[in-house]
Amino acid sequence: MTDPLLRTPLAATHEALGAKMVPFSGWLMPLQYEGLVAEHLHTRASAGLFDLSHMGRLTITGPDAQTLLQRATTNDVDRLEPGAAQYSLICNDEGKVVEDLLVYRFSDAWRLIVNASNRTRVVENLNELAARLECDATVVDETFDLALIGVQGPASEPALQPLVREELSGLRYYHAQRRSLTIRDVDAIVSRTGYTGEDGFELVVAAGAAAQVWNRLLEDRRVRPVGLGARDTLRLEAGMALYGHELTEEVTPFEANLGRVVRLDKGSFTGREALADLKRGEPGRKLVGLSFEVGAVPRAECPVNRDGQRVGAVASGTFSPTLHHPIASAFVEGDAASEGTNLTVTIRNSEAPARVVSLPFVPHNTRPKGVL
Amino acid sequence: MSEGTTVPDGRRYTKEHEWALVDGDVIVIGITDFAQHELGDVVYVELPRVGGRVAAFKEFGVVESVKAASDLYSPLTGEVVAVNGDLGEHPELVNESPYDRGWMMRVRAEDLAELDQLMDAQAYRQLIEQG
Repeated sequence: MTDPLLRTPLAATHEALGAKMVPFSGWLMPLQYEGLVAEHLHTRASAGLFDLSHMGRLTITGPDAQTLLQRATTNDVDRLEPGAAQYSLICNDEGKVVEDLLVYRFSDAWRLIVNASNRTRVVENLNELAARLECDATVVDETFDLALIGVQGPASEPALQPLVREELSGLRYYHAQRRSLTIRDVDAIVSRTGYTGEDGFELVVAAGAAAQVWNRLLEDRRVRPVGLGARDTLRLEAGMALYGHELTEEVTPFEANLGRVVRLDKGSFTGREALADLKRGEPGRKLVGLSFEVGAVPRAECPVNRDGQRVGAVASGTFSPTLHHPIASAFVEGDAASEGTNLTVTIRNSEAPARVVSLPFVPHNTRPKGVL
Repeated sequence: MSEGTTVPDGRRYTKEHEWALVDGDVIVIGITDFAQHELGDVVYVELPRVGGRVAAFKEFGVVESVKAASDLYSPLTGEVVAVNGDLGEHPELVNESPYDRGWMMRVRAEDLAELDQLMDAQAYRQLIEQG
């Protein structure tokens, strides 16, 4: 608690913009600028600009880098061509989720984007595994040397294009390229990825160039800064997991509907035996979407009930700015998780009616390539 | 933090950022401009039933922003004679008009002397300026 909060290379920029700054996973981050709902709706309608520099950026090099990542993560990194990315998980030996992350393959290195809250744990985890397997691989934490900036929304491509010398239209979803920017001596890894359900980009740039890139993007009137508040409502509408809520060390990938990123056929990896057993059995509970009428807002850990019997708990809940009513993700047991089931959620001693709905709540508007 | 937020004279204020305004023989109660600004977009307001009793410095309802729920504290003791029904359809009135159309309840006070325990506008301004 007494550790000073870390500041991203853009912290002073956020303060100058009048952002409300809050602690988040050890970092001082912008919660909102003009207001959460306005920022959320602007991202869906035009383009939102996000400082994601609190997220961990790790680079893995060495002859055994690929082997190390294949053994550490659940998805199949052999399927990645240079310039491609995949969503993946790190599980423990019990098959429970320790981390969710993005794995990028480049011709000269592998790069990971990991959660701020798990960064040091992932570095330790990879180093231990490398030592145990005698992998010749080096894990470098570049979080403090680099910034990560997101541009998300239907106007993100036209807004970003003037900063990038090469055409962006050819960059496919879940692909990334190193590009020189039109800002002198600045280059960036430009990735067509995001956490909003919209088309968009994530840029890795040198920490010292972050403010310049940020300010150039804000010169475009289609672009407005967006804080962590709207980042959370956007990702929940898009049905995307947030570590600590939908994913924890109590959750299996199958319960969280992430069986598609667990490749049991790829060979040995941490948690594989437990995951194979878990896959054979029925998951006892499942992550579902819950939709509510206008009223009290469900929050994390609120009990979920059917006919007065407890059948689960809310993972994340909020008011959906796009849909104008409350929504939640929840872990629900057995057949109570079937779409269309009527449930209730206990909010401050009252039972709010809720219906199980398919995810995402708001359809994705990303570029084709399919999801993940 | 208090930059640009308004604190009208002629009302009394609580440390929890509610205001109370004498209107004939009842007291109108709401939350301050500072409070709505801190909360952000209000999406739901839970108010007591008309005819119920509220007690000074005790919870009388809940205001929910997108991010979180916050308790509302009554500035004084009495019977609830009206609540603002418009907030059901339009909770954003709390943000747009905290001192007027975003009012929350009207209370018939049991003891008007309770008002003297509350801050006046000048004292409340000092409170929010200190952060």
